[in-house]
Amino acid sequence: MIADQFPALNQKVNNRELVYLDSAATTQRPKRVIEAINRFYQQEGANVHRGAHELSRRATDLFEDSRKVLAESINAESREFVFTKGCSEAINLAAYSWGLANLNSGDRVLVSTMEHHSNLVPWQLVAEHAGASVEPIPVTDDVLLDLDALEAQLKKGAKLVAVKHVCNVSGTVNPIKEICLLAHEHDAVVVVDGAQSLAHCAVDVKDLDADFYALAGHKAYGPMGIGGLYVRWSILKDMKPWQGGGGMIRKVSFDGTTFAEPPERFEAGTPNVGGAVGFAEAVRFIQDLGIETIAQEERVLNKFAESELSALGIETIGGDPNKAGILSYNVDAIHPHDFGTICDQFGVAIRAGHHCCMPLMKRLGLAASARASLGVYNSKHDIIVMIEAIKEARKIFG
Amino acid sequence: MLQELYQEVIIDHGKSPRNSGVLEKATHEAEGYNPYCGDEVHLTVVVKDGVIVDLKFEGQGCAISQASASMMTEAVKGKNVEEAKAIFKRFHDALMSREDPDYDALDELASLTGVKDYPSRIKCATLAWHCLEDALEGQDA
Ligand SMILES: Cc1ncc(COP(=O)(O)O)c(C=O)c1O
Repeated sequence: MIADQFPALNQKVNNRELVYLDSAATTQRPKRVIEAINRFYQQEGANVHRGAHELSRRATDLFEDSRKVLAESINAESREFVFTKGCSEAINLAAYSWGLANLNSGDRVLVSTMEHHSNLVPWQLVAEHAGASVEPIPVTDDVLLDLDALEAQLKKGAKLVAVKHVCNVSGTVNPIKEICLLAHEHDAVVVVDGAQSLAHCAVDVKDLDADFYALAGHKAYGPMGIGGLYVRWSILKDMKPWQGGGGMIRKVSFDGTTFAEPPERFEAGTPNVGGAVGFAEAVRFIQDLGIETIAQEERVLNKFAESELSALGIETIGGDPNKAGILSYNVDAIHPHDFGTICDQFGVAIRAGHHCCMPLMKRLGLAASARASLGVYNSKHDIIVMIEAIKEARKIFG
Repeated sequence: MLQELYQEVIIDHGKSPRNSGVLEKATHEAEGYNPYCGDEVHLTVVVKDGVIVDLKFEGQGCAISQASASMMTEAVKGKNVEEAKAIFKRFHDALMSREDPDYDALDELASLTGVKDYPSRIKCATLAWHCLEDALEGQDA
C-alpha cells in the first residue's frame, strides 16, 4: 500500500482512521522525502556557494543536483530553473521582474477567470504600477477556458496571458500547448501556474512552449517552503533582479553593483537547501511510480467518486473529460463549512470555501464549495467514508 | 457530538432566520465579514433613548453564523445597549471558558455553546455579535 509510506496518514482523527482528501491544498509527504530532508540537516547543514569547506561543497552539490533533477523533470535546463519559496513567490518573481520592466501604460494582461489569486493579484499589483489593465479570459459553465474569446482578446493586442495548468477547483487540465501557440502568434508571453501539475500530469515546458512555469513542492509530495520558476532562457537572461542580497551579485560597491547570471540572480539570501533536496526527492518518488500510472489510477478513482456522488444526486464542478482528481461539490443547501465540520467528525479531511478562486466562484454563482482532492494514497474506501459523512449531513440538516 | 453542535433550534434558525432584512430607518449599521470562510452579516439597528428598539440582519454563510445572527436579534431586541453588551459578554465567556456554561442565564443562546468543542467554528458563532458591537460603536446615523 502506497499510503503506508506516508507517516502522517497513519493516525486517528476524532476516533476514526484519518481519510486525507485535501491534497490540492497540500499533499502529504512519503517517508523517503522526510528522510532526505533529515539527512541534509544531519550530514551537511551548511550554507551553499560560500564556505571553502567540505560541508559547504557538499551542500552546494546537493542544491545544484536538486535543481538539475527538477529542471530535467519538466524538460528544462538547470539555468532556466529558479528556486522560490513556493508557487506564489514564483509568480510574484515573474510579475515584479519581467512584468515591471515590460508592462507599460495601456498594455493589457489577460488572466483566466479560473485563476487562483496567486496568478491574478500579482498582475493586478504590477499592472497598477505600470498603468496596464488586467482583463478576465472567460470560462464556460463547465470551467473550460473559452479559447475563441481568448483569441479575440489577443487580436486586440495583449502583452501577457496568465493561466493555470490544472485547476484546483474543477480539476480542468487546460490546453496549455494550444494557449501558448495562440498567444505567441499574437506576441504575448504565457505565464503558467503549475501549482497542481506535478502530482497529476506530465509537464514538458519545451513541448508546451510555455514562457514562465511556476511550481510548488508541497503540492507534489515535497516539503512546504520550496517551489520553482521556469523561465525560457531567452527571456530569463535579460531579466532584472527583483530582490537584492547575498548570493545574487557579481561585484558590489557604492559606485554600482553587478549581478550574477540566472538563476542565482533571482535567489537572494540563503536558499532553502533542505527544501530543494526534499522537492527533488519528491519528484523522484513521482518518477518511480510513473506519472502516467498515477494519472490513470487517479482517473479511475475520480470516476468512482463522481458516480458515488451522482448516485446521491450531487454534481461536481467542471466538465473536463480528462480532469484531474479534484471534486468540488455542494450537498444540497448545506453550507460547505458545516459539511466540512461533519466530515471532520468522520476523520475525513476536505477543504471548504472559495479555494482562493473568488472570481471563478462568482462566475459559477457559488459562495463556496466543499472540495475533496485525491493523491496517490487514496482508495475507494476513502470515498466511501466521505459518502457516509454526506449521508450524516443530510440526516442532520434533513 | 454532531447532534450537540447542530441542535434542531440551530437548524431551524438557519433555515428560517428571524428579523431578516434591512431597516430603512436604521440609526446604526455595520458589516461583519470573516475572510477565512466567507461568512457575511449586514446589520441595521434602530436605537432610541439607549434602547435597541429594532434590528434586522442580512447575510450568508454557514448554519452556525446565520443561526447565531438570527438568535442574537431575538436576544437583544427591546434591550438597552448595556444589557445587550452584557448578554454578548455572557455568551462569549461561555464559548471561551472550559467550565460548563450557565445554560439558564443564556436562554436560547445556550444551544450554540456546542461550538466550544469546535474551535475553528467559534468565530462563526460570534460574527454577528462583533458586528453588533461595531454597529453600536458607530455614530448615530
Ligand atoms: C492553482 C494554484 N495556484 C497557486 C497556489 C499557491 O501555491 P503556494 O501556496 O505554493 O504559493 C495554489 C495552492 O494554494 C494553487 O492551487
